[in-house]
Amino acid sequence: MRESRGAPNYEMQMSSLSIKNLHVSIGDKEIIRGLTLEIPKGEVHAIMGPNGSGKSTLSKAIGGHPDYIVTGGEVLLDGDDILGLDPDARARKGLFLAFQYPMEIPGVSNANFLRAALNARQPEGEEIEATEFYAQMYAEMDKLEMARTFTARSVNEGFSGGEKKRNEILQMAMLKPAYAVLDETDSGLDIDALRIVSAGVNALRGPNLGILLITHYQRLLDYIVPDVVHVMVEGRIVRSGGKELALELEERGYDFIKDDITEPSLA
Amino acid sequence: MSTATENQIDIDRTRGDFSYPESHTFDAGTGLTKGTVDYISKVKGEAEWIREFRHRALEIFRSKPMPTHWASKDLENIVFENIRYYLANGQKPTRSWDDVPDDVKRTFERLGIPEQERKFLAGVEAQFDSEAVYSNIKAAVGEQGVIFCGSTEGLREHPEIFRKWFGKVIPTGDNKFSALNSAVFSGGSFIYVPPGVKVKHPLQAYFRINAENFGQFERTLIIADEGSEVMYMEGCTAPKFETATLHSAVVELVALKGAKIQYVTVQNWSANVFNLVTKRAIAHEEAEVKWIDCNIGSRLTMKYPGVVLKGRKARGEVISIALASDGQHQDTGAKMIHAAAETTSNIVSKSISVGTGRSTYRGLVHIPKHLKGCKNNTECDALLINSQSRTDTYPAITVRGTGNSSQHEASVSQISAEQIFYMQQRGLTEAQAMSLSVNGFVNDLVRQFPMEYSVELKRLIDLEMEGSVG
Ligand SMILES: Nc1ncnc2c1ncn2[C@@H]1O[C@H](COP(=O)(O)OP(=O)(O)OP(=O)(O)O)[C@@H](O)[C@H]1O
Ligand SMILES: [Mg+2]
Repeated sequence: MRESRGAPNYEMQMSSLSIKNLHVSIGDKEIIRGLTLEIPKGEVHAIMGPNGSGKSTLSKAIGGHPDYIVTGGEVLLDGDDILGLDPDARARKGLFLAFQYPMEIPGVSNANFLRAALNARQPEGEEIEATEFYAQMYAEMDKLEMARTFTARSVNEGFSGGEKKRNEILQMAMLKPAYAVLDETDSGLDIDALRIVSAGVNALRGPNLGILLITHYQRLLDYIVPDVVHVMVEGRIVRSGGKELALELEERGYDFIKDDITEPSLA
Repeated sequence: MSTATENQIDIDRTRGDFSYPESHTFDAGTGLTKGTVDYISKVKGEAEWIREFRHRALEIFRSKPMPTHWASKDLENIVFENIRYYLANGQKPTRSWDDVPDDVKRTFERLGIPEQERKFLAGVEAQFDSEAVYSNIKAAVGEQGVIFCGSTEGLREHPEIFRKWFGKVIPTGDNKFSALNSAVFSGGSFIYVPPGVKVKHPLQAYFRINAENFGQFERTLIIADEGSEVMYMEGCTAPKFETATLHSAVVELVALKGAKIQYVTVQNWSANVFNLVTKRAIAHEEAEVKWIDCNIGSRLTMKYPGVVLKGRKARGEVISIALASDGQHQDTGAKMIHAAAETTSNIVSKSISVGTGRSTYRGLVHIPKHLKGCKNNTECDALLINSQSRTDTYPAITVRGTGNSSQHEASVSQISAEQIFYMQQRGLTEAQAMSLSVNGFVNDLVRQFPMEYSVELKRLIDLEMEGSVG
């Protein structure tokens, strides 16, 4: 799996989420400033970086948020440029974002929302079968130790911080993406919840899923062990390495990397 | 159904507008004079007292100014001379579903009532232009002594029942448009439910307008005698025409002691219709009246269903949903007049404004000083779908005296770009995301609608949202 990092061959190129020299602005402020990153299917990559370095911006830009203007570069999903697509088309191609701050949707039940999202992936005029849907949803909820009452509640409305994060993983489990960006899914989780949610993510891990894990804490990476760790500072990847890199960061903070920020990234 | 047949009907499915070839046997021509009124009365073979009632109404209509000192100036754009006030295809009311004309049946189809729900249609009456086409009411209803017929027939066959209440809940001079209706009314339903009778199936009516410049002026009167219960449902879709169409109905409900009436409306008017409707009920002792009202489309809708709580412990409720798309104005609300002790009223109003659409809520709650133990609850929530949208709330609540209470809550919210992005990220198109949020916003009210209407309502909202995004 690790060979892919050095010299990706054509096969791997086709089967990856590939971000090349990406530039993203909000208003007239450039936040992502020439970022290159490749997540082959089957791998888990972690991104760590100081507050405000642009991690969430990267995730929303990949997702196609209209406020995030891509001024340069490419994002390829299995070889196809997705930057011209609407957010929903990107999602239907297999992209999933677990949001740092999941939105509340009053009046729309969790179950109905998930069902609508799944139906959007069905061929025109077809819908998923209700009993099958509920069976699947309950099974996934059990894994995440979510009470059944969450199906009838409005999406994220009044959910605690940790419940919202769990709900994001439930959606991911149901929608079965090819690539998932998890933005600080660990923040707000208590110790038990961290274990449960990590187990949920690990259960989805496999050859058909590439994961980009944004986090501030080494602790998450004890549960979800990454193949690669990247460090992002001021809109660029400044260092990449194995899972040891996260330990080093935890010990020494970002300053030791900021010192060599002018070094070429990616060994 | 062959595609050839479908092709003959000019249906623009994206806008919910449709029309059929016109065929009219009786036509009063355009404009409104004493002659027009006489013509209508003569065609209908009405009694002299009705003809006089119409003539008095015409005079009142002429003497009353437009209510533009408080309402939209857009009313001034109605050209009364260009409107046709009476039109009928000369069909006699039919008694069985088989007799209902095919194009009326196609209207039901267009409304998308699912096949399995068509059994409800056995109890349906459908208005073809201004003359109703009645199907046979379930035998049980008839056996119970329920009278369910058109207004013309009701006045002719049962004057001893209907005359007592006709024009009493809403006097001719209540407003300019109730006066207009009183002069030229045709169509609408008359229902009488005998004491203690609980009508199991909702009685239904579908109306549509199918002639250019043709105003539709139905007159509906429902009397629920002591301890009886009835639910009435009306739904409208209108075909699209170039020039404005006027719709001005009057609906009067009388709930006698301990009776319950629910009146459900789902309307989807095309964007050129002026929909100016007066609806009011009288609730006697321990009676309950509930208006469930959904207004979609039209150029301007003005409608404030009301309940006069006349007897002790009477209860009145208005549940309303209004959706104003680009260029439309929904001016809706409710009136609750507490006229006896221990009466309660509840108003829940939700409006959605899209694009340049505009929603206005006008409420009137009156509890006089000498009464005791009266309660009102008013909630109005507005949802704005983009920054151009406009919403106004004019609640007029006068609660006097001690021991009476009123609670009022209002909110304005918006579907944020972040919410839409979140939903799109899960694979829903922008239109689907909007539609889901709008349905979510009205969900708790829609649950109170009869099943087939909530399905239709969801479909109408989907259509509107599809139209609202680029
Ligand atoms: N909508 C916005 N308008 C203006 N500035 C924004 C907007 N969104 C993000 N920014 C700015 O872009 C920069 C990067 O923000 P971003 O949320 O991507 O950081 P982050 O790396 O995810 O930080 P954290 O670790 O705190 O979550 C910050 O300076 C932030 O203030
Ligand atoms: Mg962030």
